[in-house]
Amino acid sequence: MNPFSFTRPTTVPDALRAVVRPGGRFLAGGTNLIDLMKENVERPSALVDINRLGLDAIEDLPGGGLRLGALATNADTARDARVAKRYPLLASAILAGASPQLRNAATNGGNLNQRTRCYYFYDNTTACNKRNPGTGCGAIGGVNRIHAILGASASCIATHPSDMCVALAVLNATIRVTGPQGEREIPFGEYHRLPGDTPQRDNTLHPGELVTAIDLPAEDFSAHHTYLKLRDRLSYAFALVSVAVALRMEGDRIAEARIALGGVAHKPWRVPDAEQALAGQPASAESFARAADLLLRGAQGQGHNDFKIGLAHRAIRRALRQAAAGTPQSQTDKRVA
Amino acid sequence: MPEAVPPAPAAILAAMPITLTINGRERRLSVEPWVTLLDLLREREDLTGTKKGCDHGQCGACTVLVDGRRINSCLKLAVSLDGASITTIEGLADGSRLDPLQQAFMDHDAFQCGYCTPGQICSAKGLLNENQAPTRQEVQELMSGNLCRCGAYTNIVDAIMEVLEARGEARAASAEAAR
Ligand SMILES: Cc1cc2nc3c(=O)[nH]c(=O)nc-3n(C[C@H](O)[C@H](O)[C@H](O)COP(=O)(O)OP(=O)(O)OC[C@H]3O[C@@H](n4cnc5c(N)ncnc54)[C@H](O)[C@@H]3O)c2cc1C
Ligand code: SF4
Ligand code: FES
Ligand code: FES
Repeated sequence: MNPFSFTRPTTVPDALRAVVRPGGRFLAGGTNLIDLMKENVERPSALVDINRLGLDAIEDLPGGGLRLGALATNADTARDARVAKRYPLLASAILAGASPQLRNAATNGGNLNQRTRCYYFYDNTTACNKRNPGTGCGAIGGVNRIHAILGASASCIATHPSDMCVALAVLNATIRVTGPQGEREIPFGEYHRLPGDTPQRDNTLHPGELVTAIDLPAEDFSAHHTYLKLRDRLSYAFALVSVAVALRMEGDRIAEARIALGGVAHKPWRVPDAEQALAGQPASAESFARAADLLLRGAQGQGHNDFKIGLAHRAIRRALRQAAAGTPQSQTDKRVA
Repeated sequence: MPEAVPPAPAAILAAMPITLTINGRERRLSVEPWVTLLDLLREREDLTGTKKGCDHGQCGACTVLVDGRRINSCLKLAVSLDGASITTIEGLADGSRLDPLQQAFMDHDAFQCGYCTPGQICSAKGLLNENQAPTRQEVQELMSGNLCRCGAYTNIVDAIMEVLEARGEARAASAEAAR
């Protein structure tokens, strides 16, 4: 690791002031940033430890929503009784990710801002437009089994690796941030971005901005939801394809459907057309297949990851079936429900 | 109003004073910011029970307890833990009386080479503190952050189940593993 200065502010204004130095970075759980610093992919000159800002609470919002502090750990969030009861989809997605030790350290804000697991991004000796803009993309035409099938560009085909974010996308969360220009709220769908020709930017956070909380709206999808994650081993591995589904059912018919895919794009992938196509439809193999077609419209493999297209199609149909039946995928019993 | 001028960067090579309670002993230390908890324990405190497997959060060999919670010490800067209480494998026994987990690992042959074992036992200790895993299946899933190259997994789960049973916390089968 390169040397850096370290500060541990106790107020948000102090943290915002401390991070403006060139090369300043916030340190939360450290499970992604420290890893990347060891690889010399991240080389901050100043680390601002944000763990003592008092942003680790989980609080009820007036009107029935829930506010998840940016510094609450992934473990505390998944085990919170209100999350488990009102937002079981979120708890399930968090528990599908990483390991118990990592979830004890990882924070909600850090999870949103974690970088891609693209092998080339991690390897300083290779070309990578995300790490070193303008150098090219080692993954295009290279080893790209884990890469994107949707929304990729000629500059970058990386995926966003988070499980939690796939659930947050479906739950229409709002990201609360504060920065030199004051506070603002970012709808979840506008937080992460597609790579385009600026893949160095993972999201729409401005330099120096701090995520303070994630707000969940007062909506109840606890009866019909699932998080289905498919990967190379049954635990402690990133998703090749994952699907989060939340449904509002009226009898046998779907009144409202929300679906997001993980592991397939630079951000959790939602397609309004696919969700609308399910509204008012019976929960049937035909309607599910049609939604899968629409979600994967334009999907393109890169060679090694071609299998993801078929895998995603099947995973979407299976997840819709699980959610409609009210039998969400267990993250403990690894048999696909 | 002009923006406040940021304070001058702290001198970069300066070590920082921190206080940690390590296995019950308070330690006042002077640590450079880039030193991980794992390196601090092994290289400066001579607590070499905690192992470095991957140094990247991928194996669990470096698992220790921070304020009773298990974490990977390879991905934690020591300076960010100022004031915390750390328990390593060296701190589990009560004098010559082994922790029930240590005894159960021996009774069940829950290791071969032993390299992953300190991390396995600290992780299991954290698992018991979390109180979330009464069934065998749940223990398996919630121990998945600890890899064992020797493949002692079955005996590791046996050992943990025995301790859970002794504490009256085990449940036979996962009737409905809700999560
Ligand atoms: C071996 C391994 C396996 C993993 N498997 C999975 C998996 O299966 N699924 C999954 O979803 N994740 C997985 N992870 C990733 C893990 O979830 C993330 O590393 C973690 O969520 C990051 O959170 P953190 O608090 O440790 O962030 P840090 O490492 O502290 O920070 C990450 C980034 O976010 C920035 N940041 C942090 N907090 C804020 C904030 N409040 N405002 C603005 N910027 C901020 C930091 O500056 C940094 O750039 C895995 C990680 C490892 C090491
Ligand atoms: S896919 Fe993106 S992150 Fe990976 S090498 Fe190409 S530019 Fe870099
Ligand atoms: S050494 Fe820390 S997880 Fe492998
Ligand atoms: S006993 Fe050898 S690695 Fe686990």
